[in-house]
Amino acid sequence: MARLPESGMVEKRGAGLWLTHLGLIAGVLVIVFPIWLAFVASTVSQPEIVRPPMPLWPGDQFFENYSKALVSGINAPVARMLFNSAVMAFGIAIGKIVISILSAFAIVYFRFPGRNLFFWLIFLTLMLPVEVRIVPTYEVAANFGMLNSYSGLIFPLIASATATFLFRQFFMTVPDELAEAARVDGARPMRFFWDILLPMSRTNIAALFVILFIYGWNQYLWPLLITTDPSMNTIVMGIKQMFPSGDDIADWPVIMATSILAMLPPVVVVISMQKLFIRGLVDSEK
Amino acid sequence: MEKRVIFKGWLLPLLLLTPQVVVTAVFFFWPAGQAVWQSLFIPDPFGLKSQFVGLGNFEFLLRDPFYRASFVTTAVFSLLVTAVSMGVALYLAVLADRLIKGAGTYRTLLIWPYAVAPAVAGVLWLFMFNTRVGVVSWYLGLLGYDWNHVLNGGEAMGLVVVASAWGRISYNFLFFLAGLQAIPRSVIEAAAIDGAHFWTRFRTIVFPLLSPVTFFLLVVNIVYAFFETFGVIHTITSGGPQQSTTILVYKVYADGFVGQDLGSSAAQSVILLIVVGILTVIQFKFIERRVHY
Repeated sequence: MARLPESGMVEKRGAGLWLTHLGLIAGVLVIVFPIWLAFVASTVSQPEIVRPPMPLWPGDQFFENYSKALVSGINAPVARMLFNSAVMAFGIAIGKIVISILSAFAIVYFRFPGRNLFFWLIFLTLMLPVEVRIVPTYEVAANFGMLNSYSGLIFPLIASATATFLFRQFFMTVPDELAEAARVDGARPMRFFWDILLPMSRTNIAALFVILFIYGWNQYLWPLLITTDPSMNTIVMGIKQMFPSGDDIADWPVIMATSILAMLPPVVVVISMQKLFIRGLVDSEK
Repeated sequence: MEKRVIFKGWLLPLLLLTPQVVVTAVFFFWPAGQAVWQSLFIPDPFGLKSQFVGLGNFEFLLRDPFYRASFVTTAVFSLLVTAVSMGVALYLAVLADRLIKGAGTYRTLLIWPYAVAPAVAGVLWLFMFNTRVGVVSWYLGLLGYDWNHVLNGGEAMGLVVVASAWGRISYNFLFFLAGLQAIPRSVIEAAAIDGAHFWTRFRTIVFPLLSPVTFFLLVVNIVYAFFETFGVIHTITSGGPQQSTTILVYKVYADGFVGQDLGSSAAQSVILLIVVGILTVIQFKFIERRVHY
């Protein structure tokens, strides 16, 4: 913790204010630098990189590098990997929200035999990330013939109850009067769900969608195991596959263009939906 | 807490639960059970049959110097990642909190590295420190420092720590800033009027009031460093040199998929499972305390 210059005020004015801005700008620059460098590398030619130091200002090879990456790539076209990542991220986000909201509805609004057992079984899953049970999960997916398939990329990653937990918490805060009124009006449970509960959950669903989309897009270990066919690689795991084995020099401009493409969709989501994103983060950690 | 108003029937709720129960049973409970089961066996070299060894795999692991070293590596790695990312984030959050205007702009500028996947962060940092083409390693060379994380274990550890902490600063910054902004201004102003300087105020008022957030972030960051940094390790060092960056999760992967030592890998999974369990209990205990505040 650096000691800051003092003026005795709580908020800074004058010189103190400028120093505060200076400290923050320095922080932002340090944090942005790796990405700036990656962007620069994606716009210059290979010879400019292999003779260090590389330039720190973008060159004129932007279209060459990006079109080479997107159209041909190194093992597979990056456009294809982007598509695979999109299917995976949307599949995980939508799939998890659908199965979770249904089961949260059942657990909160019904009493049925075995309810507590289901409740605790589902909640046990909060504890175990996929990284811990990779080998047996891989075997299960392989037995189902799910290697190199979208269902293999998606289903094992929606097997957890974080979202169920969140929807349950939210449903508990929905006033009982609404369900009471619906019941008095003779509305069936699914009608109440569609017409009242679902519209009320809109913001929660959107916030959760943002978080799950980023989670799904950024998966690494699982796609690494389950996709051996380059045309099924996701972009985040595909980057590492673009490095040559042995002593050859990597095709840095194309690799860096791919890295920029890999981070673009989740970054755009975070920045354009900042409010929802922050809400989702805070909710999912409650 | 229970709902007063409920709907009748038992078939509908069971149908509603079915998709989640099926997915969780097939892809969660079955594999988790398999991990526990496999950890009690040693398969023969041809994978045809396996021999029951009880806790033999665990005994072997706990005596294995490589596994013990991996435990130490994981502890060092996660403490460093947590300290670096939380330290930088707290520093930036304290600065941003002192602004009357503009804190929101800095928040926007600082949160988006959260969206960069650990594996991509690994590639970015690998590029900067690459021994042949890296900009930073080249300038370090000018200064007379010969950077080589491919051979030097300490440098490799430093690099994976920085790359892992980098993407995590955003997350910690958000929570620290929210925590700081929740502290009533009047308390801090009262101390300022009493002549308490910034550092005194921070030490005696701000930091104690921030402690629930700090503790929460501590647990969350350790969990992150344990499990979600696989991508960073795999892209930058692949656990090397000489296993100096082989954290526990990486070892499960390396032994199970690369080394094909299923019994040992399963036993490691079970040990990790226990570690997660302990961390989760700590987290839940803390959350309950926060509710009672």
